[in-house]
Amino acid sequence: MLKKLKFYIKSFLLLELFSGLKLTLKYLFRRKITIQYPEEKTPKSPRFRGLHALRRYPNGEERCIACKLCEAVCPAAAITIDSEVREDGTRRTNRYDIDLFKCIYCGFCEEACPVDSIVETNISEFHFEDRAKRVITKDELLAIGDKYEAEIAKNKLADAKYR
Amino acid sequence: MADLWILVWTLIKILCISIPVILGVAYFTYAERKVIGYMQVRIGPNRVGPFGLLQPFADVIKLLFKETVTPSKSNKYLYIIAPCLAFAPSLAAWAVVPFSDGLVLANINLGVAYILAMTSLGVYGVLIAGWASNSKYALLGSLRAAAQVVSYEIAMGFSLIGVLMAAGSLNLTKIVEAQSGSFLTWYWLPLLPLFVVHWISSVAETNRAPFDLAEGESEIVAGFHVEYAGVTFAIFFLAEYANMILLSFLAATFYLGGWLSPFQGIPLLESAFSWVPGIVWLLVKTGFFMFLYLWFRATFPRYRYDQLMRLGWKVFIPVTIVWIFVVAFMVKFQLYPWFN
Repeated sequence: MLKKLKFYIKSFLLLELFSGLKLTLKYLFRRKITIQYPEEKTPKSPRFRGLHALRRYPNGEERCIACKLCEAVCPAAAITIDSEVREDGTRRTNRYDIDLFKCIYCGFCEEACPVDSIVETNISEFHFEDRAKRVITKDELLAIGDKYEAEIAKNKLADAKYR
Repeated sequence: MADLWILVWTLIKILCISIPVILGVAYFTYAERKVIGYMQVRIGPNRVGPFGLLQPFADVIKLLFKETVTPSKSNKYLYIIAPCLAFAPSLAAWAVVPFSDGLVLANINLGVAYILAMTSLGVYGVLIAGWASNSKYALLGSLRAAAQVVSYEIAMGFSLIGVLMAAGSLNLTKIVEAQSGSFLTWYWLPLLPLFVVHWISSVAETNRAPFDLAEGESEIVAGFHVEYAGVTFAIFFLAEYANMILLSFLAATFYLGGWLSPFQGIPLLESAFSWVPGIVWLLVKTGFFMFLYLWFRATFPRYRYDQLMRLGWKVFIPVTIVWIFVVAFMVKFQLYPWFN
């Protein structure tokens, strides 16, 4: 009986509703957590898997030896490699295409690579203006690698001690 | 010539009310997104113009350039007429709202009845929209909306009976004048239960959260206006927000003393604030109620349908009837300081 009366008093005084309103009013004055994206960005892990790149040795020789492990391991079959014997007798790729629409950015190619040639950089802001541009070629991959080599090396170094 | 002048003058007066109302609607949508965003620890729109202040215009322009799609086998005439039927009464009701002492388009003696009539007419737009769309979701949504509006209209009407008995008039200007004295003689205090019931019914009447199950996204997509796009949708949107602003004005008029200063009757403050025009006080009070709409939406989860009906019929109507009797006794025995 008393319990019922208590319930009626509580519901007619709208106590629970008021406590809910109090909570949302408190949140109205809270500091906002929104990141203003193009101007502000969240920090990225050195392991971030973004756009691909092919790296070179410091002497300028490309690392890739056309072992095709990345092509074999790629779960999305996004990598296509053709190889040839170069004049100096080494095995090299003459075609290294990655279809970025197929790619799922799993990072397996990077894991499989015995010479740390194919890597995923932390570039996440890229786009294509033509559907054909989605397939990036060896030259483009090498160019990305050349351009961001310092950053890639830094990220690899930061992650090295955890592998 | 004189007739023409009266016509033009009336048109000017109508524009003087409806253009601020429509602008108010535009910035009310902006305020809604901002306030709810802030309550969810976000910042809301801030890209279009400084602080996102041009966002409502961007939205309007987007909607105007969209195609109005008519669903196949829908009743085209009713489909197009429905949004107008929803919008027209929400503007027409403004005719009797007193903005300040004597500042009212039509100072008619049946103001309250006129307002009740106009707010009820809006539901025809919803019903026709739901039926003419030839869509099951729209039909279900409109049935829900109609049942809800009709149920809460009763509670609202009963709560207004209390106001009428206290003020002894159906004229909105007289109702405000009857409340003068101090902020303690405004009707929110002697009619507190009716005030609460009236306000909650106002929220339910406009189909707003937590009573927005007429458009319950989770089960019937968007309710009666699922099939509407572009301009027709924009008009439904306008109608809903114009109704919200209208009911905020009415709550301020009926229970918070309309344009009366809250410092009335307090010796020093009254003269210190006597320069403030009445319409400012009215706008402040209305702004409070408009904020409540947004605050409720950010706070309360949606009611279940049976709970909604239970609240309307089994709680509000008995509460208002009891308090009408209490008011009757208070008026009869001229209870100081309200009814002497």
